[in-house]
Amino acid sequence: MHIPDGFIDGPDVTGAGAVAPPASASASGAATTLDERQVPMIGLTASFVFAAQMLNFPVAAGTSGHLLGGVLAAVLVGPWAGAMAVSVVLLVQGLLFADGGLSALGLNVVNMALVGALAGYGIFRLLRAVLPRTHAGVVTSAGIAAALAPVLASIVFCVEYALGGNGAVGLGRVAASMIGVHVLIGIGEGVITAMTVSAVIATRPDLVHGARDLAAPVVAPDAVAVAR
Amino acid sequence: MNPEFSTAAATVTVRRRHGGWFVAGVAAIVTVMVFVVAPRASSAPDGLEKVAADTGIDRGERAHALGDGPLADYAVSGIDDTTWSTGLAGAAGVVVTMAAATGLAWVAVRRRRSPSSVTDAARPA
Repeated sequence: MHIPDGFIDGPDVTGAGAVAPPASASASGAATTLDERQVPMIGLTASFVFAAQMLNFPVAAGTSGHLLGGVLAAVLVGPWAGAMAVSVVLLVQGLLFADGGLSALGLNVVNMALVGALAGYGIFRLLRAVLPRTHAGVVTSAGIAAALAPVLASIVFCVEYALGGNGAVGLGRVAASMIGVHVLIGIGEGVITAMTVSAVIATRPDLVHGARDLAAPVVAPDAVAVAR
Repeated sequence: MNPEFSTAAATVTVRRRHGGWFVAGVAAIVTVMVFVVAPRASSAPDGLEKVAADTGIDRGERAHALGDGPLADYAVSGIDDTTWSTGLAGAAGVVVTMAAATGLAWVAVRRRRSPSSVTDAARPA
């Protein structure tokens, strides 16, 4: 899903200039919502997503996929901080690992960080509203939202291709191939996300942003004393 | 709830819930991911690469500007053993990502906690 240099070119759609708006939006969004104790969790989440993105799993003959991590990050640390965490992953990959073109960094941030952590998180919230208010409901919502995120990202890629793609192939064929394969990749994304969220809930439910409405008031007695 | 109160409560929580064990657990899992699983991961093209190769939408592709870097393509240049090359590149990426994300989040929190000193310039007159 990392777009290399030269796939899509066009004024104002690509490049460093395109990184600034989404990056500053997620940074200022994060700045207004962050809690001090989330700082280490954001670092852990970003580094986990980086490692998970190295683990390509086979999805069809001669094709692989890997976790994008936007929904996972958003469920763990919140949508804005999650978008920031995945953006950092993409920046590190582009600068150090030659993965994802530098001129396409803005597109990649949109497709993987913003679509996953913001739109995907929106789906997660919708699912949470209709599913039972339990930890199982959180895990299921995260898994389904994560399964849809790569499909959404592939649709957004098709829009970008339509706007500035350098290929000669019609949009219909690109869309059919891209969306088709990302439906399969989405299954892996959903399973990995559900497993990871489930594992964190089992050990430290208080650290899962998307489940904090279910948290027992673990700090209440001491906190009240401190506040007084 | 006043912000000072919630921050104090949060700090108490982290200390009392033994955050160190959680961090150690994540570190162990990530270590296994990069040194054990990543070298054995599928090397088939990913969804976009496969579609690009099949349809020719990659005809304008340019070489990556930093494609000769020491960690390019998740391999440490000069280390021929795939397992070590991939594992060490992954470990480097994990450490850099951790540092960058933690640093950025820390800056974001500091900005929020001292809004008057940082956002004056951004405020409408």
